[in-house]
Order: sequence, then C-alpha cells, then structure tokens
Amino acid sequence: MIILFYLAGAVALISTVAVILQSNIVHALIYLILSLLAVAVVFYTLGAPFAAVLEAIVYAGAIMVLFLFVIMMLNLGKFSVDQEKSWTSGRVMLVPAIMSAILLAQLINVLRNYEHSIDVVEVGVLEVSALLFGPYVLAVELASILLLAGLVSAYHLAKK
Amino acid sequence: MASIPVEHGLILAALLFALGLIGVLTRRNIVFVLMSLEVMLNASGLAFIVAASRWGHAEGQVMFLMILTLAAAEVAVGLGLIIQMYRRFHTVDINVLSQMKG
Repeated sequence: MIILFYLAGAVALISTVAVILQSNIVHALIYLILSLLAVAVVFYTLGAPFAAVLEAIVYAGAIMVLFLFVIMMLNLGKFSVDQEKSWTSGRVMLVPAIMSAILLAQLINVLRNYEHSIDVVEVGVLEVSALLFGPYVLAVELASILLLAGLVSAYHLAKK
Repeated sequence: MASIPVEHGLILAALLFALGLIGVLTRRNIVFVLMSLEVMLNASGLAFIVAASRWGHAEGQVMFLMILTLAAAEVAVGLGLIIQMYRRFHTVDINVLSQMKG
C-alpha cells in the first residue's frame, strides 16, 4: 500500500509536469487524465475509495470529455503547436517558476515540524453518505443549485 | 497495517498546487490556463483527503465532494467563456483580452 502511494504520487507529479510543458493540447489533456487517475490511486491508498471512484468518474471522465469537446470545437489545427512553442519559452517560465518555488518552500517549511503517520482506515461510502444526508444536507442542496447555475450560464455563454 | 507519513501526502498536494500555479502564470493559451486551474483545485482536494485520512473521519471526503462540484461548475462556465472568446477574437491568446476597453 505504501509503495503504491509513492508510485502513484510520482506518476501524478511527472504527468503534471508534462501537462505544463506540453505544446500539443490533446497530448497535454491525456497527460492531465493520467495525472488525475494517479491522484485517484493516491486517494485509494489513503483509505478513501469513494473519493477515488468519484475522481475517476467525474474528473477524469466527465470534465475531461468536456475539455475534449471544446478543443474539438475550437479546431486549432496544425499551426497551434508551433504557436504554443513560440508562446512558452524558458525565459517566460523562469520568473513564475521562481515565485512558485518560493511559495512551495514556504508550504514545506510549515510542514517541517509536523510528524504524524496515517494509520490507514478505510472510510467507505456508508460513512460519507450518512454525513451527506445528515448534517450536510443543506450543503448538498447548495451544491445542486451551484451546478444548476453553472448549467444555465454555460448554456447562455456558449449560445450563438 | 500501512502507515504513511502525513506530511508526505501534504507535500504531494503542495507540489501539485505549485505546478498548477506555474501553469496558470506561464501559459498564454487560455485552455491550458483552465487545465492548470483544474490541477490546483485537485491538489486542494488531495489535501482535504489527506487530512480526512489522518483523523479517520469522513468530513474531508464531504469537502472533497464540494470541491468536485465547484470544479465542475467552474469548468462549464470557463469553457463557455472560451468558446465565446474564440468567436469574437478568433484566438485563444489571453493577451488579446488585455486590449478590451470597457
């Protein structure tokens, strides 16, 4: 289980790096799907199988298909790869990479003295659903209203 | 039984978040910016799951579900905006948007 955690984490990191360095947009999307599936495996090793399944279905399934449809509609063609290459040079990457590295160093510094280990206990669908339909039922309703608002505004925005 | 240090999970989340931030800051193609935003949201969800696993509670998974909903709504609106932008400017370059007046 521990080996699976580190292996999936490494796959997630490598494929995310590939996403931000890739010029071909469809390849970047496939790498992003790989990254999300690796994070789903990490969820599974941390004892959250329900979250892992939802990550695979909703993120890697539904949201990525939405991206794929939009890329199809935009129909960027062959010139876009060269265009991407001219847009992302090493010089442009340098300053944001340094800034993010500073932020990352601060985050890791916060975690430095924090030493606890997780004894993985599987928290399954039953416990999560009992919470969702018990104390958090209002949050579920609000989430459904948010999704409805997203649906209506996406329809309105994408309409000709 | 398996025992994973909690800070390793949180460091993984922080690394993914920083990578997503680099993507948002460097890319000029707006579709890539939206994809990097997805990576950042996913990293915050991972932090919630790690915390839930640390305490053995289900609340973190409930928060992950909320983040999932938020990401789905955000992507739907964002992709609608991208389609509208492509219709008006015939490009996916975000620098074009800085020329909007009012």
